[in-house]
Amino acid sequence: MTPSRDQLHWMYRNMVTSRRLEEAIAKIYLEGKTPVFNMANGPIPGEMHLSDGQEPVAVGVCAHLTAEDVVTATHRPHHQAIAKGVDLDRMVAEIFGKATGPSGGRGGHMHIFDPAVNFACSGIIAQGMGPAVGAALSRKVQGKPGVAVAFVGEGAVNQGGWHEAMNLAALWKLPFICVIEDNAWGISVAKAAATSVPRNDVRAAAYGIPGHHVEDNDPYAIFEVAGEAVARARAGEGPTLIEVETYRLAGHFMGDAEAYRPEGEKDGLFAKDPIPKMRWRMLTDGTATETELDAIEVESAERVDAAIKFARESADPAPEDALTSVFAA
Amino acid sequence: MNKTNERKLTIARAMAEAVAQELRVDPRVFVMGEDIGALGGVYGNTRGLLEEFGAERIRDTPISETAFIGAAVGAAQDGMRPVVELMFVDFFGVCFDAIYNMMAKNTYFSGGSFKVPMVLMTSTGGGYSDGGQHSQCVYGTFAHLPGMKVVAPSNAYDAKGLMTAAMRDDSPVVYMYHKGLQGMGWLGTEPGATVHVPEESYALEIGKAKVVRDGTDVTVVSLGMGVHHAMKAAKELQEQGVSAEVIDLVSLVPLDRDTIRASVAKTGRLIVVDEDYMSYGVSGEIIASVTEHDISVLKAPPKRVAFPDVPIPFARVMEQFCLPNPDKIVAAWAGMQAA
Repeated sequence: MTPSRDQLHWMYRNMVTSRRLEEAIAKIYLEGKTPVFNMANGPIPGEMHLSDGQEPVAVGVCAHLTAEDVVTATHRPHHQAIAKGVDLDRMVAEIFGKATGPSGGRGGHMHIFDPAVNFACSGIIAQGMGPAVGAALSRKVQGKPGVAVAFVGEGAVNQGGWHEAMNLAALWKLPFICVIEDNAWGISVAKAAATSVPRNDVRAAAYGIPGHHVEDNDPYAIFEVAGEAVARARAGEGPTLIEVETYRLAGHFMGDAEAYRPEGEKDGLFAKDPIPKMRWRMLTDGTATETELDAIEVESAERVDAAIKFARESADPAPEDALTSVFAA
Repeated sequence: MNKTNERKLTIARAMAEAVAQELRVDPRVFVMGEDIGALGGVYGNTRGLLEEFGAERIRDTPISETAFIGAAVGAAQDGMRPVVELMFVDFFGVCFDAIYNMMAKNTYFSGGSFKVPMVLMTSTGGGYSDGGQHSQCVYGTFAHLPGMKVVAPSNAYDAKGLMTAAMRDDSPVVYMYHKGLQGMGWLGTEPGATVHVPEESYALEIGKAKVVRDGTDVTVVSLGMGVHHAMKAAKELQEQGVSAEVIDLVSLVPLDRDTIRASVAKTGRLIVVDEDYMSYGVSGEIIASVTEHDISVLKAPPKRVAFPDVPIPFARVMEQFCLPNPDKIVAAWAGMQAA
């Protein structure tokens, strides 16, 4: 399965939008946090987990999804939220903790929820698995269309909850896909120091389902295996496990000095930045012109600027609104 | 007395020093957890241990809390003394069975023939907009369930003495340290938590509260970060001519009810400050401990300054609205007078 020209342009646009957003957040996050770095300060307080480098996974998978399909994301959810179609203005407002965010500021960047596109997050490792399996169950039981995708990091595969959810999805043959973003690091612990097998796709065998591995963060290859997995799920043939070798170009969170990384590893990763690689590939094989890609880049940057402006100009929530939304209205 | 020459430590360094001193003398002690090796702990409390003791005794784990906390229970029962870290207490949801159904109960189930001498250290607290899965205290949740001791230091002196005591204890101890007291600048830091810490090893008695400020008009009871709020409020009340006594609980299990009762018997008024959710928790337990003992000592109904019964919101204005602070304690005193 090869992406069409339109699909490629859509993928590139979402990758660039995601990157521009992370770059903008990285700058704004440091406002009020220099010279003394205190997470509590600035227009965006708290932890900030950026997705720079991991964009191909989000777009390669979400290119096959529509709003009715379900995605659960992690503590590092921006690229997936963008690719799934979460409204950018409101999403950025939530990251700023503004009243105009989809959660009115209650959630923040690790808790982006948008029912319009069936998108949810959990900041706890592997805990998006159960809800995604449950959504897949709901669609199957109700005879409703749609598949569910859980994005997790490679560290999540060592959680008990991950294995329980995989077994359930396979046992009940649910329209479910687990996509592992293997960025090689669980905070400071390398994959090889935490995981008993070099590749997690082999773990699919334990559940009797197909497992795929994608090397080198390749958006085309991700598109292809995700397409097969989504088609399989839509046809009622059950779940698929996909592991993608991706790259975390930022720290685990902003402020992470990354002293645990081997020297020079980061430079090697920047050389493999997937965005210029995809641009080069499209220009080389003629699936896009320079004019088209330049336009996408300008429009993406403008889109991000507008979302940041919307967020900055939005009002803070009323403090006492903290006491609302605890129970269903 | 010349205090300027005294060595001051952050809670993070005091914890690491206590663990290192036990590691040197007790071969049964080892440390497990996420990012506790090369990184030295996300909150700095295992810094330097890997370099001195090596990867056999300072073990970085996968993100597998059920497995490594369960494994600590087994190792403890087999004669070792594990110190394990649950990075954020909020993460207890993925591994609570190992904690409350095994760690806490196996001594009882075995009629005391099995011992589970382990320390579960875990970070608590918010105030820096980390959202509702990375900011909780859940003190009451742990203290409610029998079989585990629960301690929460408010300063580095207590932090070291409690850690040493916890490691030497034959029962499991949950050691809850507040991120905002840890001395890690990036989390903001309460300077009052960084105090003089003697270099030699010492242990505090687990289960003893401390009267950290003498007063006669009202007793303010708290733990962890709340003690610092209480001390600031007491200074403000002093300016109004009100004499507040402040009690640092230090330990939730066992709870030093005698010290609380004696203080309230003297002052006749009680304010409990707790960063945990208000209902079914520490604040209610403290008040019950006084009223069921002798309600006649009270000159006014007790007051609670606690986190309202809502998940912790991300937005700064909302979170700060919910958190205890010195002004709310002063206002609680005023409310007592109006009543």
